[in-house]
Amino acid sequence: MSEQSEKSCCTSQTITPSPCCGEKGPTTDRFVRMGDLRVPSPAVQHVGTGWSRADRWGAFRSRISAFRMQYRVEPGLYAVGSPDKTSDVFVSANYKLSFDHLRRALKGRDAWIVVLDTKGINVWCAAGKGTFGTEELIRRIRAVGLDRVVEHRRVIVPQLGAVGVAAHVVKKETGFRVLFGPVAAKDIPTFIDAGYRATREMRKVRFSMWDRLVLTPMELNPAMKKFPYFLVGVFLLFGLQREGILFRPAWDGGLSFVILGLVSVLAGTVFMPILLPYLPTPSFGIKGWIAGLLSTCATFLAGGVPLRSVLLSLVALILFPAASSYLALNFTGSTPYTGMSGVEKELKRALPLYFTALVLSALFLIIYKVRTWG
Amino acid sequence: MTMKYLKDVATLKYDPEKCKGCGRCVEVCPHCVFEMKEKRAVITDRDLCMECGACVKNCEFGAILVNPGVGCASAIINSLLFGGEPSCGCDGEGNGNGCC
Ligand code: SF4
Ligand code: SF4
Repeated sequence: MSEQSEKSCCTSQTITPSPCCGEKGPTTDRFVRMGDLRVPSPAVQHVGTGWSRADRWGAFRSRISAFRMQYRVEPGLYAVGSPDKTSDVFVSANYKLSFDHLRRALKGRDAWIVVLDTKGINVWCAAGKGTFGTEELIRRIRAVGLDRVVEHRRVIVPQLGAVGVAAHVVKKETGFRVLFGPVAAKDIPTFIDAGYRATREMRKVRFSMWDRLVLTPMELNPAMKKFPYFLVGVFLLFGLQREGILFRPAWDGGLSFVILGLVSVLAGTVFMPILLPYLPTPSFGIKGWIAGLLSTCATFLAGGVPLRSVLLSLVALILFPAASSYLALNFTGSTPYTGMSGVEKELKRALPLYFTALVLSALFLIIYKVRTWG
Repeated sequence: MTMKYLKDVATLKYDPEKCKGCGRCVEVCPHCVFEMKEKRAVITDRDLCMECGACVKNCEFGAILVNPGVGCASAIINSLLFGGEPSCGCDGEGNGNGCC
């Protein structure tokens, strides 16, 4: 490589404040420092441990939208600081946010990072699917020639990767012992300093208010995408008169329903996740139903939505809490503590109830319609 | 605050006879369902198990059994409607349910 690029941050031996080359793929003709040696390292890419503004913006965007699918890192071997033959080897997913958290946790240290090809998906999800798995780890250890890079024989895999990685198989196939690191990357320094031991607290997944809050856009977005269908339905229902479809009654009658609909979506996708541990019963369906009922009643009481008849109020009380309940039940997919057997059990009970609520509401609406015409 | 899901539903089974006391299950379980007592694993609270399957995968002595799966309602509904294994929309075009 030329003089010029040796000076570039990609080959610098100090930790650069910004990951100026974190986005690019592995280079083919760079040098990396291993102890006192500078060795040509075809597969190695040097990365910094700081987070640039672009990293933060990317992290934000990948939380709120499908952008996370493009937020990938090239699989391969990376170097942090000036690692040598004795430095620790960490394994990560090629979801940039997973990689960035690890990078940041390694600040001030020398280490290797092996990035697996998880199709741009985070460690836990990918482990569940098997892409962050035994086979990929074995393949990648061989592909980057890890046995030539380090002389020890251990790799540190994020604990949540254990769902996909069978440590004993990796050991048998590659000779590398798998140590499972802590759940959160930020605990890695403490983990290393304690002699590769994680405390019980570090082994537990937590689900803090903040953790839940950052997930809510992922619940709200898809729900709102379906909202226009509801809008059209409501306006058609109220607008349909003997004379045809009229705007005035559609607006007058429909608006309350639209507001209540919005409230129920918020209740199911935002209020319920935030209030999760404070709502009674472990059932997500019931938690969501309570959140929906409370919000519907609160909206009524606030007086913002005059409903024209007892029948309509009844429909609102049946339909909207049920909708919140359904949306809340979907939040099981984002929580780190609900198991499949439990969700199946809830669904078996809840689906017939949702169906009944829909049928009843439709029936009452028809009666209402017939009455107003009669 | 420990959050716990429904009682008595987890499919987790453990056979202490087969346990060799390697401690892997304690290392991998994100809910600290296992503990080491006198060189053997013991289950603390089965209801904390989320059926992630990490323990089964890493117990090389076959002492643990669990029916692993994703606890994700829309995944299960999808598999009910369209057949196949429940799988969340992680790898879809962002139209998943946000399970990751
Ligand atoms: S992983 Fe298996 S053998 Fe090892 S302690 Fe746990 S139950 Fe026992
Ligand atoms: S399946 Fe997962 S949550 Fe359940 S005991 Fe095993 S490791 Fe723990």
